[in-house]
Amino acid sequence: MSQMNMVQAINEALRSSMRRDKRVVVLGEDVGKVGGVFRVTAGLSEEFGEERVIDTPLSENGIVGCAVGMALYGMVPVVEIQFADFIWPAYDQIVNELAKYRYRSGGEYPAKLVIRTPVGGGIRGGHYHSQHPEAAFIHVSGLKVVCPSNPYDAKGLLLSAIQDPDPVLFFEPKRVYRAAKGEVPEGDYTVPLESARIVRPGRHVTVLAYGAMLYEALDAAEKASEKGVEAEVIDLRTLWPVDIATIVTSVKHTGRLVVVHEAARTCGFGAELVSLVVERCFYHLEAPPVRVTGFDTPFPYTLEMEYMPLSHRILPALLDSARS
Amino acid sequence: MPEKTATYRSDEPAKVIRVLSDDGTLDPRHDPKLSDQEVTEIYRWMVTTRQLDERLVALQRQGRIGFHVGSLGEEGAIIGSAFAMRKTDWLFPCYREFGAALMRGLGLQTFIDNMFGNANDTVQGRQMPDHYTCREVGWCSVSSPVGTQITQAVGFSWGAKIDGKDVASLVYFGDGATSSSDFHSGMNFAGVFKVPTVFFCRNNGWAISVPVERQTATRTFAEKAAAYGIPGVRVDGNDVFAVVSVVREAVRRGEQGLGPTLIEAITYRMGGHSTSDDPNRYRATDELKPWAERDPLERLRQYLERRKLWDDRAEQALIADIDQRFRAAVAIGEKTPPPPLESIFEDVYEKPPWHLQEQRAELLRGPRAPSPHS
Repeated sequence: MSQMNMVQAINEALRSSMRRDKRVVVLGEDVGKVGGVFRVTAGLSEEFGEERVIDTPLSENGIVGCAVGMALYGMVPVVEIQFADFIWPAYDQIVNELAKYRYRSGGEYPAKLVIRTPVGGGIRGGHYHSQHPEAAFIHVSGLKVVCPSNPYDAKGLLLSAIQDPDPVLFFEPKRVYRAAKGEVPEGDYTVPLESARIVRPGRHVTVLAYGAMLYEALDAAEKASEKGVEAEVIDLRTLWPVDIATIVTSVKHTGRLVVVHEAARTCGFGAELVSLVVERCFYHLEAPPVRVTGFDTPFPYTLEMEYMPLSHRILPALLDSARS
Repeated sequence: MPEKTATYRSDEPAKVIRVLSDDGTLDPRHDPKLSDQEVTEIYRWMVTTRQLDERLVALQRQGRIGFHVGSLGEEGAIIGSAFAMRKTDWLFPCYREFGAALMRGLGLQTFIDNMFGNANDTVQGRQMPDHYTCREVGWCSVSSPVGTQITQAVGFSWGAKIDGKDVASLVYFGDGATSSSDFHSGMNFAGVFKVPTVFFCRNNGWAISVPVERQTATRTFAEKAAAYGIPGVRVDGNDVFAVVSVVREAVRRGEQGLGPTLIEAITYRMGGHSTSDDPNRYRATDELKPWAERDPLERLRQYLERRKLWDDRAEQALIADIDQRFRAAVAIGEKTPPPPLESIFEDVYEKPPWHLQEQRAELLRGPRAPSPHS
């Protein structure tokens, strides 16, 4: 065990995957010599060489298209898209190609690869360095979507994602890349995909959160507790396929639901989570489900803290829900 | 004298490589030295392609299959290029190359089952006709978007290169796809990383209704290669000797670690874009005349007949054989039932997650749709 931040934990997962399996290659912009703009791939180029840790031309569409081809050959590419905001040129390759290859080829060509990309705001990044676009990928049949909140999960989930037979979008909450620290075991272990974790048990209201917003939800839960409201905070960890059993069990127990996410509200992942809960727990609900989210605007620069669903906005939602 | 503002001046367009001259002789500079048997085999596959095309269009017109995208007039470019590739190489199709897939070893019944989208279709009726797959013969799954396979072909042989294997890829695309971002990215990545990919552009004059002048302001497609630091070659796509020659040369370059080649095969789409298209709405019929005179099948047949390698009897025997095998395959394909309902939910992921299991149960217990397209 050693104390690590998320950047170090993800780096460890990449390093050990590359040591274990020669098919694993890392490619993206600036991932080689400089080790990525967030240093997540630091040192990999030195250990595994330029052939397996590839600084690519600046074309997300080219990176993902080529990675799909590598996967068809039998390599296991781990792509880094420098910021999730830059992923859109590759959207066609991800949606129409990567996600559909197994299906459209009747299982002949499973295209398995992992796309890692930093997401989220609160880092003074403005519209082009702050987006949290999970919903646009969850909606796409054929992808798995992961968003860890801490170093232990980040390493264990990435190791799972690299070994998983299906394509995985791995969203890394960059606001807590270095702020979230914790004990991480040396060597390999996995955190299974599709398993949520109850981070804080409670009986009055269920809070679903993930990534950097987990900490805001936990902060709000502590403050609510001071006012006699005990929130059960669930870290979803894998967004799709989501751990529906854990969610349903919790909401049936609390009768109340608050969903938190940074992305815009309309057709955001919260809409799906609320629908799933209402379909399964309607007669257990004591209050209308609430979404605390980013607004349906582009991500603002100067006023980003007003845009984000931070603790100060989550707390009233918890109290209102518990009291209604 | 101060230098003027630098103005780009390209050289004259590269000459179009031709081997088979009108008098039936072969230009020794690019002669691929095919044996009589090889030339005959190529011709047989070109005839097979055309015969199947005609029959598949008829099936579509009779309402027995939903769609077909044919290769009328482009058989020389398609069969010649695939013939030049090694068994160990990999081909990434556009959607107009079924003849080449059959030549590589795709079974006729498998192909016909795909045209019907039936239970024996290897892709389980999940895609339109002509969107088959055949991994065992190094043939990638067909998709409809025009350029997406280009970057994938590059990634495939790049992966092989990292793996220490000598595997070239050949990727087919039309003139229209040279406008796609995947063309640019694929050429650029292959150039930078010296990937052994053969970019095979079938310049057939048309992207559905859009002529080449609306696709690019360059005089040729081959010259685009210069922007990526790779060679660009123009070849008479209706001359199989020339096509085999330039593709073999491109494979050789890849083998030697010299990277990719762009080949512009100049040919012509004699038919519509697909069975859903009516080319009379946008092009004059007299445009076809000069191309009919350069029909790749006719040119090769004349060559073979001059050398006493082919005659009417051989032609009739071949056509009769194709007809018989086609009828037999269609009879089976047509009476084979559709894929089972459950197949909708398979292969989305390796194993169906809970939500697909739920939706599968919902479909199975729910009412059935009215008979499709009746």
